[in-house]
Amino acid sequence: MSDLESFRQEIRTWLEANCPAEMREPVRDEGDVCWGGRNFQFKNAAQKAWLEACVAKGYTVPDWPRAYGGAGMSPAEAKVWREECARIGARPPLSSFGIWMLGPALLKFGTEEQKVHYLGEIARGEIRWCQGYSEPGSGSDLVSLQTFGEDQGDHWVVNGQKIWTSYADKADWIFCLVRTDKANKYQGISFLLFDMTTPGVTTKPIKLISGNSPFCETFFDNVVVPKTQIVGDLNRGWDVAKYLLGHEREMISGAGGGDRLNAIGAIVARNGLEDPILRAELAMFDVDALAYGCMGEKFLDEAKVGKAHPAQPNMMKYAGTELNKRRHELLMSAGGATALEWDSERTSGGTPARSWLRTKANSIEGGTSEVMLNVIAKRILDLPGA
Amino acid sequence: MPLYHTDDQAMLADTVTGFMADEGGIKQQLRHFRDINCQDGFGHGLWKQFAEMGLTGMLASEADGGLAMGHVEAGIVLKEIGRNLTPSPFLTTSVMGVTALSDGSDDLRGRWLPGVLAGDSVLAVAVDEGPKHRPERIAARAEKAGNGFRLSGNKAFVVQGASADAIIVAARTSGSDSDVDGITLFAVPKDAAGISHENLRLVDSAMASNIRFDNVELDGDCVIGDVDGGRALLNKVLNAGRIGAAAELTGVGQGSFDVTTAYLKTRKQFGKLIGEFQALQHRAAHCYSELEIAAAAVIKAQQLLDGGSEKAELMVSVAKAKAALACNLSVREGVQMHGGVGMTDEYDIGLYMKRDRSLAEFMGDQYYHAERVAQLSGY
Ligand SMILES: Cc1cc2nc3c(=O)[nH]c(=O)nc-3n(C[C@H](O)[C@H](O)[C@H](O)COP(=O)(O)OP(=O)(O)OC[C@H]3O[C@@H](n4cnc5c(N)ncnc54)[C@H](O)[C@@H]3O)c2cc1C
Ligand SMILES: Cc1cc2nc3c(=O)[nH]c(=O)nc-3n(C[C@H](O)[C@H](O)[C@H](O)COP(=O)(O)OP(=O)(O)OC[C@H]3O[C@@H](n4cnc5c(N)ncnc54)[C@H](O)[C@@H]3O)c2cc1C
Repeated sequence: MSDLESFRQEIRTWLEANCPAEMREPVRDEGDVCWGGRNFQFKNAAQKAWLEACVAKGYTVPDWPRAYGGAGMSPAEAKVWREECARIGARPPLSSFGIWMLGPALLKFGTEEQKVHYLGEIARGEIRWCQGYSEPGSGSDLVSLQTFGEDQGDHWVVNGQKIWTSYADKADWIFCLVRTDKANKYQGISFLLFDMTTPGVTTKPIKLISGNSPFCETFFDNVVVPKTQIVGDLNRGWDVAKYLLGHEREMISGAGGGDRLNAIGAIVARNGLEDPILRAELAMFDVDALAYGCMGEKFLDEAKVGKAHPAQPNMMKYAGTELNKRRHELLMSAGGATALEWDSERTSGGTPARSWLRTKANSIEGGTSEVMLNVIAKRILDLPGA
Repeated sequence: MPLYHTDDQAMLADTVTGFMADEGGIKQQLRHFRDINCQDGFGHGLWKQFAEMGLTGMLASEADGGLAMGHVEAGIVLKEIGRNLTPSPFLTTSVMGVTALSDGSDDLRGRWLPGVLAGDSVLAVAVDEGPKHRPERIAARAEKAGNGFRLSGNKAFVVQGASADAIIVAARTSGSDSDVDGITLFAVPKDAAGISHENLRLVDSAMASNIRFDNVELDGDCVIGDVDGGRALLNKVLNAGRIGAAAELTGVGQGSFDVTTAYLKTRKQFGKLIGEFQALQHRAAHCYSELEIAAAAVIKAQQLLDGGSEKAELMVSVAKAKAALACNLSVREGVQMHGGVGMTDEYDIGLYMKRDRSLAEFMGDQYYHAERVAQLSGY
């Protein structure tokens, strides 16, 4: 037996013993997701047990080094881990902006102390993070941001406003882009980390078309941030931010192991499928979705060995999010009147409609589809006029 | 298995890319043989060069003198054929024909493979009987007669049908037209009495043939595999053709896209390079995404086929459909973004569009394969 096969066997046995049956059901709604953090309320004992079992082995972040709370898996081993989890339908033990976004940036740009401290907390699900990038006047044109940190020797004093901060009201800490040099556009931004309980930080939820309020306006009023809490060099936060955005786009595109983009025809057809044109559209969708699934696999395989173009996550994000929107349009059509229900028990509180509405953000959050296309045109196709 | 080429495959790709760009280019091959109204639709000189490089027998076993490679490797050649729009009997002969003959008797392989490997012979595959791909329905009949068979019926859209030394024919030896079983594959020599051809020049300048078989007497040793039990072999041949056509489509799509982006970087209007207009940039970026996704589906299906996976069937249909969609987008946008010159014969972009249309129909279009995806997924 090859090493990889015995590794697979080991993972299989461990999953059998440690992944509770309740954690092998598909995630139905937000309430099923384990976000971790200081104030997180576990939904049930199984969710807690699953997280704890994975934390003990470093399986929440299987490919991070052991010193930072990971399991030190090689790319091939991490692929086996994902495949084995997918095989039994295991839910991710922990979902977190720390894992998807901040972690990779810290691994690349953080000091050794930052890595040991913050990565460990992230791996164990102790601290929930939010992302303070966007401002009311700075969306797609993020680099125009105005939130300012004034140098006070051993600390900065930060003033300004962020918007669209997902889960700002539930997060423990924020990773935040702050202007530290007004004269220099790109090279005047720093990447700061700070506690959301620091005096001067306030949040105000924004209600979405889905009826939920997962994100906030975030205000900073003379917030004191110690100088040790900068990631990367002073005024070079844009490099960290861009690197992190690559990971965010990968995550939103579903390439990071999400199952949201799978073929749906067979699922829909279980409840009967009488409209031949809808069936045809589902079949065409499934062609695109299955092909995109291959792209996700190819991208991960290539990224691991440095063969992928660095701007490729933009393409994945663009294609994946447009596909996910189309998927939910089809699910709404297939559901008919039932899918319109807003709060019934039958639909678990209107999940189909709310999910459909939520997917409309996929092609906006983390950079819009138009911005993705701009990046592809310039960085990959090298078209003129950048 | 990771979804990229192994070192050996990457080396093959390097060699083939250089060779096809040097020898298979549009001017030397496609335009040349079109302009001299070549009745084979391809050049025998290049076919001989394919043989010298070992490409003609890449799917044949080592015992038969081949390289015993797989669909990933054949796809590397086909992608470059597509990129250069090279007219070649490679797909019908070395991919589909060789796949069929590999299940044949020693005698049959000994009769046809050496010529193929040497680049002297060409094979064609005759399955469809109407203008659309419908291999589920086979009406051409071969009745037992003496120690052989007597074949009658019509086959349509047989690519290289007129120039093929042997035509691999799927015929019914029992049952009714839409039965799954009762199919037998035959290797029919071109000079058998009772064969008549209606040779047709297609939109892409390739030659196809509508073939009529009128009481064609066949020896028993023309049978490939089992009598009445040929459906599984036929599916194997079709899958080889489908994934091959998909690989070629990704080459056509990529070639057309490269020509187009190059044009966007040189043509000026309104005092700017037209590639500076966001309306064109976004469409080019969208094309790029679709082509990348199609290429991923194709390599996945190739690997599954080579590995004998049960999921191969589904992924081959996904790959053929997706490659057709992506390539079609690339050629349509290509002609449009070329403006007026895109409509001229002088520019190559229109040639890509023509080849796309032909390959899209070959072995099932995107609608046929989306339907198969639905059926194989259980709806
Ligand atoms: C659900 C959700 C969660 C989010 N979470 C966070 C978060 O946690 N933290 C955070 O910092 N931000 C977050 N965001 C903000 C998100 O990053 C921004 O919404 C996004 O960058 C777009 O900015 P904008 O909304 O200001 O749109 P605008 O930039 O005003 O864009 C409006 C329209 O113009 C188009 N457009 C703009 N510029 C161009 C151009 N150059 N070329 C062509 N078209 C263009 C856009 O594509 C869009 O269609 C979230 C957003 C959503 C919807
Ligand atoms: C069959 C045919 C018959 C014709 N007959 C005649 C005739 O009888 N008399 C005559 O005078 N002309 C004729 N024309 C010419 C026709 O009017 C031009 O081809 C047309 O105006 C486009 O110009 P172009 O070909 O130079 O393309 P270009 O202007 O070079 O355009 C190339 C591409 O860039 C795009 N593009 C250009 N500018 C922009 C922009 N600002 N923003 C976004 N995209 C842009 C175009 O849409 C196109 O996709 C004919 C053309 C054809 C194909």
